[in-house]
Amino acid sequence: MSSTAITPAPVPLGRRIKRFMADRPLIPLIILLVILVVILQLLRPGIVNERWIANTIKFAIPLAILAGCQTMTMLTGGIDLSVGTVATMSAFIMATQVVNQDPAVAFLLAMMPAVLIGLVNGIGVGVFRVHPLIMTLGTSLIGTGCLQVYQRTVIASGAKIPDFLAWLGTGVTWGFPNALLLYVPLAGLIVFTLARTGFGRLLYAVGDNERATRLSGVRYWQVITALYITSSVLAGITGLLYIGLIKAPSLSLAEPLVLPSVAAAVIGGTSIFGGRGGYTGTIVGALILTVLTTLLTILQMPEGARRILFGLIVLFVTAAYLRIVEDK
Amino acid sequence: MSHFLRRQGWVTGLFALLIILFIVTKVIQPGYGSGDFGSLARAVLPYAFAVAAQTVVVIAGGIDLSVAAMMALTSVTAASMMAGASEEYALFVVPFVLAMGFVLGALNGVLIVVTRVPDIVVTLAMLFVLQGAALLVLGAPGGAAAEWLKAMISGTVPIPGLPDSVDAWVPKALLVLVVCLCVVWIPLRRSRLGLSIYAIGSSELAAFRSGVPVARTRIIAYALSGLFAAMGGLALTMSTGIGAPIPGPYLLASVAAVVLGGVALGGGKGGLLGPIVAVFVLRLVRTDLTLLAIDPNVTAIIEGLIMVAVVMFGAFITMRGRQ
Amino acid sequence: MTANPLLDASGVAKNYGAVAALRDASLSVLPGEVHALMGANGAGKSTLVKILTGAISANAGRILIRGEARDIRSPAAARRAGLLPVYQEPSLIPDLDVLSNLRLTGTPVEPFRAWVRELGIPDLDLRETARDIPLAVLRVLDLARALAVEPDVLLLDEMTAALPANLAEKVLDVVRRQGDAGRAVIFISHRFVEISALCDRATVLRDGATVGVVDIKPGVEEKIVELMLGTRVVKTHVAARTAAQKAAPAPARPRIAVRNLRVGTKLNDVSFDLADGEVAGVVALEGQGQDELFAALAGSIKPSGGTIEVDGQPAKFSHPIDAIRAGIAYVPGDRSEALAMQRSVRENIALPFSAALRNWGPIPMRRERATVLSAIQRLQIDTRAQGEVQRLSGGNQQKVTIARWIAADARTILCFDPTRGIDVGTKQEIYLLLRELAGHGKSVLFYTSELEEVQRVCDRVIVIFGGRLVDIFPVEEADEPALMRAAYGLPRGARADVGILADPSANPSDSTSANASDTPEAAP
Repeated sequence: MSSTAITPAPVPLGRRIKRFMADRPLIPLIILLVILVVILQLLRPGIVNERWIANTIKFAIPLAILAGCQTMTMLTGGIDLSVGTVATMSAFIMATQVVNQDPAVAFLLAMMPAVLIGLVNGIGVGVFRVHPLIMTLGTSLIGTGCLQVYQRTVIASGAKIPDFLAWLGTGVTWGFPNALLLYVPLAGLIVFTLARTGFGRLLYAVGDNERATRLSGVRYWQVITALYITSSVLAGITGLLYIGLIKAPSLSLAEPLVLPSVAAAVIGGTSIFGGRGGYTGTIVGALILTVLTTLLTILQMPEGARRILFGLIVLFVTAAYLRIVEDK
Repeated sequence: MSHFLRRQGWVTGLFALLIILFIVTKVIQPGYGSGDFGSLARAVLPYAFAVAAQTVVVIAGGIDLSVAAMMALTSVTAASMMAGASEEYALFVVPFVLAMGFVLGALNGVLIVVTRVPDIVVTLAMLFVLQGAALLVLGAPGGAAAEWLKAMISGTVPIPGLPDSVDAWVPKALLVLVVCLCVVWIPLRRSRLGLSIYAIGSSELAAFRSGVPVARTRIIAYALSGLFAAMGGLALTMSTGIGAPIPGPYLLASVAAVVLGGVALGGGKGGLLGPIVAVFVLRLVRTDLTLLAIDPNVTAIIEGLIMVAVVMFGAFITMRGRQ
Repeated sequence: MTANPLLDASGVAKNYGAVAALRDASLSVLPGEVHALMGANGAGKSTLVKILTGAISANAGRILIRGEARDIRSPAAARRAGLLPVYQEPSLIPDLDVLSNLRLTGTPVEPFRAWVRELGIPDLDLRETARDIPLAVLRVLDLARALAVEPDVLLLDEMTAALPANLAEKVLDVVRRQGDAGRAVIFISHRFVEISALCDRATVLRDGATVGVVDIKPGVEEKIVELMLGTRVVKTHVAARTAAQKAAPAPARPRIAVRNLRVGTKLNDVSFDLADGEVAGVVALEGQGQDELFAALAGSIKPSGGTIEVDGQPAKFSHPIDAIRAGIAYVPGDRSEALAMQRSVRENIALPFSAALRNWGPIPMRRERATVLSAIQRLQIDTRAQGEVQRLSGGNQQKVTIARWIAADARTILCFDPTRGIDVGTKQEIYLLLRELAGHGKSVLFYTSELEEVQRVCDRVIVIFGGRLVDIFPVEEADEPALMRAAYGLPRGARADVGILADPSANPSDSTSANASDTPEAAP
């Protein structure tokens, strides 16, 4: 048994492919992305141009940030379904508060519920050990209720989109969407955190083997609480970016992004069981889903079919992942 | 013995809580009468079925996140089939929808057993799929329900030999609920299958060693959950007269009522009575808040807080139990 | 001996991946006999039991029941074939009452009641939930449930463990009488006293193969010990350690002082010292409380009584981090418990560095690499597949779990069976490493299931049986037979002719032996 795993004995092709997929999920993902773009170009010749690319990136960015929340929580074996509500809340509060308040104050007010929901999620999951899915679903329900109450208090004052957010959300400079100004550093930060900081390392380790981290002296609740607060704050920032893109505050603004954000992280190679994955795959996953959405729209695929497809993707990728892991 | 008492004590306590809540309601609103009770029973109906669906799988040691989506799908299927159709056609629709729920539930179970993906992921994926399917069946709220179906849950049951004032407190909806649940639950509870469901939830290893077919039992538990969810979907269509493709807040409510009803999230414990009483308690709290003229949105928040608190409490108890 | 066997298994093999849990096991049980199944830890007893009862299926081999080949695919199939096990952990469903448990298995109630009374429990309420019934009673109920269906072959796994003496006596009595009805019992036990009193024959397993079938008669236990140990019984030469390997002179104050430590019912009143610069061995059969001892010292469970002193200071551990801060590191026996399998060697070794909140920031990569690399080199970890720990061999995985604490410079290392299932070469390296650590003034507590390791590594040996510390051997006396006897609760220096197998009550000189083996039973 000692040397079975490392002998250079001939390995069946199937297993080699599996191992390759497990080690370098990025390459097949990028190939898939290119294939989708090519199909799109074939269906609608000329659609793929500079404007289309900028547009795709613009819409992919909010999805990619939320998928970042899912990536980080999924690394620990969790999930954060409250990101949609948090993003909506921060967007809505920003748009309504900026009418009477200084933008900086409005920003702080907008981020407050994000931090609070993240904290409650973290305590619920980390201390009380509620399943993250149930916990974040619950806080998202409460958050939506709060937002509805809040809406009635500000209904008279109206809402406006701060110019800066509109510029950031929709503007394009030299062919590059302005949102990249926010996104590139943010994505860099996430990648760096996951790869090069103690916190990132603990996320992987906790998701891989919680008992091992405990034996190494890690306190689970600390990691989980910090994680869910981070996730919520990221979702709050996404909300601000998204309102600049959509420009119409509503009470279900970011809700449609929740499902795809989970799917993007799963497609990107992050294991829903924790311990494996990374943010770069997720970014490509978000791009794939955005292109896929365009494709489905062109094919006049209804919303229902899209959801079914996302559900099946999550199920099949997870099952396939399980096989890859078990095969070793 | 102490455990037995504790479990029964929990349900008794819930009943006491329910009675107290009724008294509170009467104090807040002296005019609270049989009519209001009837509407409470109607409001409870879909929740109660959602909770029953969740209870079965939780007892079997699992969880079903697709309950609400399953209700939405069955509801829109029933509503769209009955739209423009004759009254008699509904006689076919009802068993069809119930069978659909049963089969889709069994599909949940089969996927869990075959793919070995954890229940929570499978049912989450199914939540997406069923939601999508519901949208495909009906893009927007619509459809119709047969009149006799709607009549089945409105009004009261005239019981011969009883004065009308007593009759008035027996709404049809309550009767439908009791009959539907009992028809499935009581034979189940008495059968070896029912025991097996408790057994795999309580200790999968011990169940396996006792010769219980674990995989088959799990699939049946999910199928029964689908059946109850289909009843819930039908109840939705019956009470609203239409079908809505977007699922209501039944998932979290079902988990909360299951926990509040004394069914441990680890599985193997509890019964159906507790969660059903818990649903009445949760609904009555809502009624009271409304009667107190509290903003309905605030009511939603308070309800959400109660549910989250209950779920946290339940998880905490489970964690303690494991240690 | 001419009767046809009730159960005849031969050539049974079972592999887990590349590891052979059973190679060539055979077991033949005659009608009317009580047959002991024996073997040291890891010899394959439990695997064979699982195969016979349908919990897992064998890779090879033939199982005949009453001369007919049967394919036992599930516990239900084993039941139908007339083979009924009673496991160490009762298999009653905890949340169902007794009656429901009977219905679940289709057990007739009246015979069950009769057996329960027979077994010494007169007032059983069938409506009681299994969870609320004390463990000892539950085991008896499990036995009664099996007896009630009158199986051809009854398989009892450590039946008397955790039973109070009066119940154990009744159980043994009933088991003995099973044979009279022409049925057979397979009896797995660690207790010679019981086996000698009860069994007709014994099958001995070693390293996954049947190495002998012996008739139980006075004086046979030496033979059984010999069979269990194999050729290794040739008295191991006590290697005189070189000066460098010799433990440093013990300082006045022990590094760790354990006093009257108690953990639930599993560990009772254990006291010992661990000095700097020594390797103290722990020897015990499976499940005698050693797991709890290590977990308590590592801070993963809270003891229910007694004290632990570290460097003379009383210590209370509520989380492993407390033990780690006190310089105590725990290397668990199950590697999958200690390693993040999908992560790299480096991340696994450096894991404790990031544990504290203040270390959550950017990782000083260069320094970490240097520390990790020196630990890797010191343990000579094969780093060809270092991207994922799960691709390493078992031996290398084990090295990683130890390297973690060498990198963290822990002063005391608790090693729980670190050489289980790894190759011989790596074992040697681990022995050397442990000696070397002691040479540098660190202290090591070393539990091992392989007795031959004791004299290679340890300075002293602590023997635990039934949750109690029964003996402390100096290394010179800790040869395998002596340890084996002590681990089975037999007193030191007992010889075959003293008559372990003689009736303890009739022989006052032997009372120590009876006491030693009765201790766990006396403690409910």
